[in-house]
Amino acid sequence: MSAPQGQVPGPGFGPDGLPRLLPPSVNVPEGLRDHLARHGFVPYRNARRQLIGDLEAAGLTGRGGAAFPVYRKMAAVAEAGGHPFMVGNGAESEPASNKDMSLLWLAPHLVLDGLQLAAEAVGATEAALYVHEVEAGPLGELLRRALSERWSARIDRVLVRLASAPPRFLAGQETAMVNLLNGGLALPTYAAPRVFARGVGGAPTLVQNVETLAHIALVARFGPRWFRQVGTAAEPGSMLCTIHHADGSARIVEAAIGTPLPELIGADLGPHGLDGGTRAVLIGGYHGTWVPAVRAAELTLDNAAMAASGGILGAGVIAALPANRCGLAEAARVVRYLALESAGQCGPCLNGLPRIAEGLSTLSGPRPSPEVRADVERWAGLVTGRGACSHPDGSARFVRSALAVFSAELRHHEQGLCSAASQRPFLPLPAEVAVRDEDWS
Amino acid sequence: MPSSYQASSYQASSHRAGPAKQLQVNPIECEGHGACAELLPEMISLDEWGYPLLDPRPVPPALERQARRAVSGCPVLALRLTRLSS
Amino acid sequence: MNGITSSTLPWYTSRATGVVALVLLTVVMVLGMLVNRQGRLPGLPRFAVTNLHRNLSLMAVVFIVIHVVTAVLDGFVSIPLISGVIPFTSGYEGFWLGLGAISFDLMLALIATSLIRGRLSRRVWKAVHWLAYASWPIAFAHSIGASSDLQSGLLLALAVGCAVALAAALAWRLVSMAREVPRAERVSAMLAAASGRAGKNRSLPSPDRNRSQPGPGPGDPRKPTAVS
Repeated sequence: MSAPQGQVPGPGFGPDGLPRLLPPSVNVPEGLRDHLARHGFVPYRNARRQLIGDLEAAGLTGRGGAAFPVYRKMAAVAEAGGHPFMVGNGAESEPASNKDMSLLWLAPHLVLDGLQLAAEAVGATEAALYVHEVEAGPLGELLRRALSERWSARIDRVLVRLASAPPRFLAGQETAMVNLLNGGLALPTYAAPRVFARGVGGAPTLVQNVETLAHIALVARFGPRWFRQVGTAAEPGSMLCTIHHADGSARIVEAAIGTPLPELIGADLGPHGLDGGTRAVLIGGYHGTWVPAVRAAELTLDNAAMAASGGILGAGVIAALPANRCGLAEAARVVRYLALESAGQCGPCLNGLPRIAEGLSTLSGPRPSPEVRADVERWAGLVTGRGACSHPDGSARFVRSALAVFSAELRHHEQGLCSAASQRPFLPLPAEVAVRDEDWS
Repeated sequence: MPSSYQASSYQASSHRAGPAKQLQVNPIECEGHGACAELLPEMISLDEWGYPLLDPRPVPPALERQARRAVSGCPVLALRLTRLSS
Repeated sequence: MNGITSSTLPWYTSRATGVVALVLLTVVMVLGMLVNRQGRLPGLPRFAVTNLHRNLSLMAVVFIVIHVVTAVLDGFVSIPLISGVIPFTSGYEGFWLGLGAISFDLMLALIATSLIRGRLSRRVWKAVHWLAYASWPIAFAHSIGASSDLQSGLLLALAVGCAVALAAALAWRLVSMAREVPRAERVSAMLAAASGRAGKNRSLPSPDRNRSQPGPGPGDPRKPTAVS
């Protein structure tokens, strides 16, 4: 993780070259003037596809959670021909994640630069920025103003439409998003052709997370060698994380990939951790996995390390569950939310997730009968891989890891005891429940 | 009695060993009628909610004809026989 | 009653195949309405409902073709062959035979689209298939009006029986459609059912009223920290 000889100049005002994405004005959105002063104009290549080679050399992967190589997605769309459509996906539907919203608020122009550069690289003639509930509210206003300023100043070459995503967990899913942009509901589809071949308006569509676009905007200016100065060889660069500390505070952090977790949540993991220490750490959000605090202390912030314990990094959510909370109760709350956010289109998911949610609720109460755990495990197996999207799979992964990591707690519950001192909910969850089709539009 | 419709575009040529085929179901269209499990019990069973559990292995040539009947027997055409990509 | 001679055979055949076709079409309609999760005829495996529905509809077409051809062949009245598919082109009983042609045309559309179902979009196939609800009543009207056979006696009872069977199946189908839970409410309904099955009225800990602010967002930006 140390910089190679001959550091390539680039943004990042800390000694380690971080942060790169977040602007120096830490609380205040960076306006167009400041952005131009810091970064200059959009470094258009005036040639399609050139940028793709740089992105391949840089090794940038998607920051929306799937970590798919950016250059491959762009090459697929560029090769598809026609008039591609570009979408910046800012629909951060993971309730525990706030890094995309923060990035859009603080450095919108960096994201919008990346949107233009990606559009140019694939030859897109139209673009959209897809964000939750931006018809009204401060973020919507800020983005609309930023887009109109850029268009008047002729900075943008492709007109960008600001599209509003419904407040649903699945709204950011690729096929659901394309469905909505095509005038339908934000529901996943199955048999449709892949988005890079036929997406919005039937055109080949490139979808990139907004943080990915910000990285693209920097790689275009400073090159792949600069990009690789932080991170690991296999997973270069930096990433934004949403860290929930055990004392209930939370912050957005830009960290080099490969950073040891104690550097991010050390205060929580230590022997005299905040609020009495950490019971377990949730990594990867509500489709991620729980890790015992001891194990978390040995982990590094990269997908390779996470995969070794069957987990995922996802979109960088790290939540340290305080020792005074019941892990099963927290998991039950989350899974009830996940069940309610099912599209309800596929039989196994529709039948399995609510039953799993109810089962976990039973397990988080006193004296659950012995077969409930076996039922939940069986249902988790039954929903995996049998839906149109990965919602049941991710939810099953979350459930299974909760049952494994909190098995000691489960034994307490079977005796009618609970080791938690506080019933106060910890993990953030929205209150709205979708009841009509309109809630998906 | 005329045989059932050829609901898909495949030719029933069981004498030719074609490329390997795999059973797939469109989970959104599937309504759990269960006809497929009756027509191809060797490779399709139903879970506790009535939805199909498909054997992921390639369909053996001996069962290919029955597999096509299962595909055409689905009232909503959710079951497909797809070519296995190499 | 006159005996069936070689000259009256076509006429009797036409009438007989017409009656059989009506019965077949009624059974096809009823089976079609039964094709959903709840609709199972006792003793019949699930796949048989679909297969019967399709096979009997093909059989009905065969009977109708014979029905039309024999009516044309019968020289007693003049019916052009084309009036089997082009409505209102027959001199004899032009209106009632026209209804038959319309109904038959609709049937052919249904069957043709079903044969190429794999190539059509689901929406198109479904839209055409709904024409069945027009085809049957028109066929029924044709049956009653085109000859006096079904207007008295046993054949009237048969016609009434078909109508009753269809109406009953339709009513059942409409009721189950009305009872169907809309997609957006399915999960909530499933959760409620799961809670009920668990046998307790204990509600789960309620989710937060406000979405907690986990980090910088519009309106409450926190200081992002660089990590060394």
